[in-house]
Amino acid sequence: MAEIPIILILVGLAAYTVLGGADFGAGIWELTARGERGSALRDHTHRSMAPVWEANHVWLIFVLVMAWTCYPEAFSSIVSTLTIPLFVAGVGIILRGAGYALRAGSSTPREEGRISLLFALSSVLTPFALGLVVGGIASGRVPVGNAQGDEITSWLNATSLLIGVLAVATAAYLAAVYLAADARRMGSDDVAEAFRTRALIAGVIAGVLALAGPFILSSDAPDIYDGLTSGAGLVALLASGVAGVTALALVVTRRYGAARVAAAAAVVAIVAGWGLAQQPEILPGLTIDEAAASDTTITAVLIGFAAGLVILVPSLVYLFRLVLSGRFDPATAPWPGPDPARAAAVNAGPNAHSSLRTTLITGAVTAIGAGITFVSEGPLRSVGVALMLAGAVACFFAVASLDEAEPPA
Amino acid sequence: MPLDLIASAFGPVQQNYLLEARQMQAMSFVAHIPLVCFGVAFPALVVFAEWRHHRTGNPVYRTLARRWSKIMLALFAVGVVSGTILSFELGLLWPGFMAAFGDVFGLGFTLEGFSFFIEAIFIAIYVYGWDRLPPRTHLLTGIPVIVSGITGSFFVIAVNAWMNNPSGFRMENGEAVDIDPWGALFGNSYLAHEMVHMYVAAYIVAGFLLASIYGWQWLKGNRSDYVRTALTLSLTAAAIAAPVQLIVGDWAARTVAKEQPVKLASFEDLQETTEGAPFDIPPGIEIPDMLSLLAFHDPNATVTGLDSVPPDDRPPVGIVRASFLTMVGIGSLLAALAAVFLYVRVRKRRLPESRWFWRAAIAAGPLSVVALIAGWVTTEVGRQPWVVYGVMRTEDAVTGAGGIPVGYATMAIVYAGVFAAVIWILRRLAARPLEEDAAPAPEGTHG
Repeated sequence: MAEIPIILILVGLAAYTVLGGADFGAGIWELTARGERGSALRDHTHRSMAPVWEANHVWLIFVLVMAWTCYPEAFSSIVSTLTIPLFVAGVGIILRGAGYALRAGSSTPREEGRISLLFALSSVLTPFALGLVVGGIASGRVPVGNAQGDEITSWLNATSLLIGVLAVATAAYLAAVYLAADARRMGSDDVAEAFRTRALIAGVIAGVLALAGPFILSSDAPDIYDGLTSGAGLVALLASGVAGVTALALVVTRRYGAARVAAAAAVVAIVAGWGLAQQPEILPGLTIDEAAASDTTITAVLIGFAAGLVILVPSLVYLFRLVLSGRFDPATAPWPGPDPARAAAVNAGPNAHSSLRTTLITGAVTAIGAGITFVSEGPLRSVGVALMLAGAVACFFAVASLDEAEPPA
Repeated sequence: MPLDLIASAFGPVQQNYLLEARQMQAMSFVAHIPLVCFGVAFPALVVFAEWRHHRTGNPVYRTLARRWSKIMLALFAVGVVSGTILSFELGLLWPGFMAAFGDVFGLGFTLEGFSFFIEAIFIAIYVYGWDRLPPRTHLLTGIPVIVSGITGSFFVIAVNAWMNNPSGFRMENGEAVDIDPWGALFGNSYLAHEMVHMYVAAYIVAGFLLASIYGWQWLKGNRSDYVRTALTLSLTAAAIAAPVQLIVGDWAARTVAKEQPVKLASFEDLQETTEGAPFDIPPGIEIPDMLSLLAFHDPNATVTGLDSVPPDDRPPVGIVRASFLTMVGIGSLLAALAAVFLYVRVRKRRLPESRWFWRAAIAAGPLSVVALIAGWVTTEVGRQPWVVYGVMRTEDAVTGAGGIPVGYATMAIVYAGVFAAVIWILRRLAARPLEEDAAPAPEGTHG
């Protein structure tokens, strides 16, 4: 029981790295998209990411919430020691969100350029800072307790820097692959080629960093190194390497769909490897079992989680199907609007507007509900509240739909 | 590591900037809560406008729904990040609280996470789906946005209700044991009134703020269909919510009187436990027995005074009282304004003509935000010195990490920038020609 939430947390982390990472990466590429041609790349990036970025971002919330509910002491130890990089990540997240919102209002290329610079810088900063956090945890620098670790060296160390830079490179790589596939679907071959080049550059950098990883870990984080170089950890590490190389080869041959899957697999494998290498401890001296909340809490969270998934999965599938099938692409022909002749007929119909009688009845229901709420307690009050709210909603429909007097000429 | 050692690792720490930590948290809430109001109320107004378009064929509703949906998305984006910051800060500033009680209330945030996920998915489908989905399907994709806006705030308020009226666990050696997360969150007598109070407030704030913006244009002489329809919808929502809020507020006050008597005493600075307690309205008007009447619906009821607990256990009375009076005062004025609007709308089938009405309506938007924040301060500062009422003090929840003033200053600058950005975006969106949001060519005329 104690391990199930940590597995879900790692799944969430992998999803965030793949989906949220692509989102950060898209922002990073805005740094390289300057000038006339850059504007086309930026527009493409923005169009591709805008409908999905909020959803991609929620995975982080999941990781945080699952961690604090199911391993409250471990979570609190981590955030109180690694306060600085987490705060920086938080600021980066604000600036990115603001960047998306600001794009909605920008109209000149000059404005867009400035916003995109802010957006790009925060897109580098956030995954880097989150990578520092992961490095601090993985290298065993977070002791149990309220702010008991070193507030600087817990994140300013070789392992943290390695993972921080790797996170940025991976994000850039994932984004480039995704955007290349998207550009080809929209028929912009030159944009697709531009992102293919970027994907290859970022992929090679990420690969070199990954190769350097074991050397850094062996001296800076020997426990994780041992875990990753033996048993199941080693299997995961090798799987990640194979998937990474495969992904790069698929980009070379322009099979972006398959490349995306392989790149995601590389991320999933290395996240799993981290979990395998570190277990059974979550923090130094604290096992997952000891850190876990009671079985009743975990059961409740799992029930909530399962119920949530039932609604979430089809919704997410619907969104990605619409996006990936190009339904939101600007080139897709718009769906025709309602037929004006029919609309005019409806407008003249008796049910288009509400009557004074309906308005007064709904108002009276609201008032009666309010009266009951005011004078009673307990179950009767609940009835009053329900009546008042239902009345208020009906009253809104009635009042807002009243036929209007002809405006004075 | 033995369990008691883990618990003792989160014992009280030295933190010189507790007040700054609280202010930083408060600042983040002040930035986030008005956005929540739009998250809750705006989707319903937008979908209603689209539904009216389907129902009447009047294109102005469609233009309005489309234009508003873009504003809704921009505000949602800012709300997403300000909400994320809140969940960061819960851990960054209050690790003692999270370590001790994360397993009691965390379920609420897990469920909220799903809600938020659904909201993010469907708000994207709705806004990017204009002219890309069949009209009826498009209308339906707005429904999950409305529902998840309600459920999301429901789960967060469940946590707040639990902090004010904690249950569903037992304390043993400084650790919460025998935890019943469902009961703690959803079996709480505070949940219903807090939820309804917030939800109704969302319609008041969103409605009056929209009315402020369009009312300004109306006063400047813009009597277009677009402005008139925007005003009718936003004012109708706010005007029905405002009087209802008086009743909900009474319900909330009566529950607080019973469950958090010290908080109620600080609303009125009632020093001693009094039978037939009076109500003071500044400056210096005293209505005998009124507080008893308001809090218990009985002029002779005994109201518990601040002296019932040691001075260390009392909230900062001045702040709580000022906020309470601000909230109640503004709420009453808004209800009066609402009555004028509803009368004219229903009897004369038009918007009010009086310039004074429109001046008041323009003021009502910002005032409703002030009332909203004042209400939040009333309940949360009124909870002090407890983070979990009667169980854990705020000073025992705070982080031991340094740098709070730096974080606070940084956040203040960032939020100021975000606020300026939001204003800029809204002005820009408003400046775009309405034709952008007009209907596409009707059936048969496009290739």
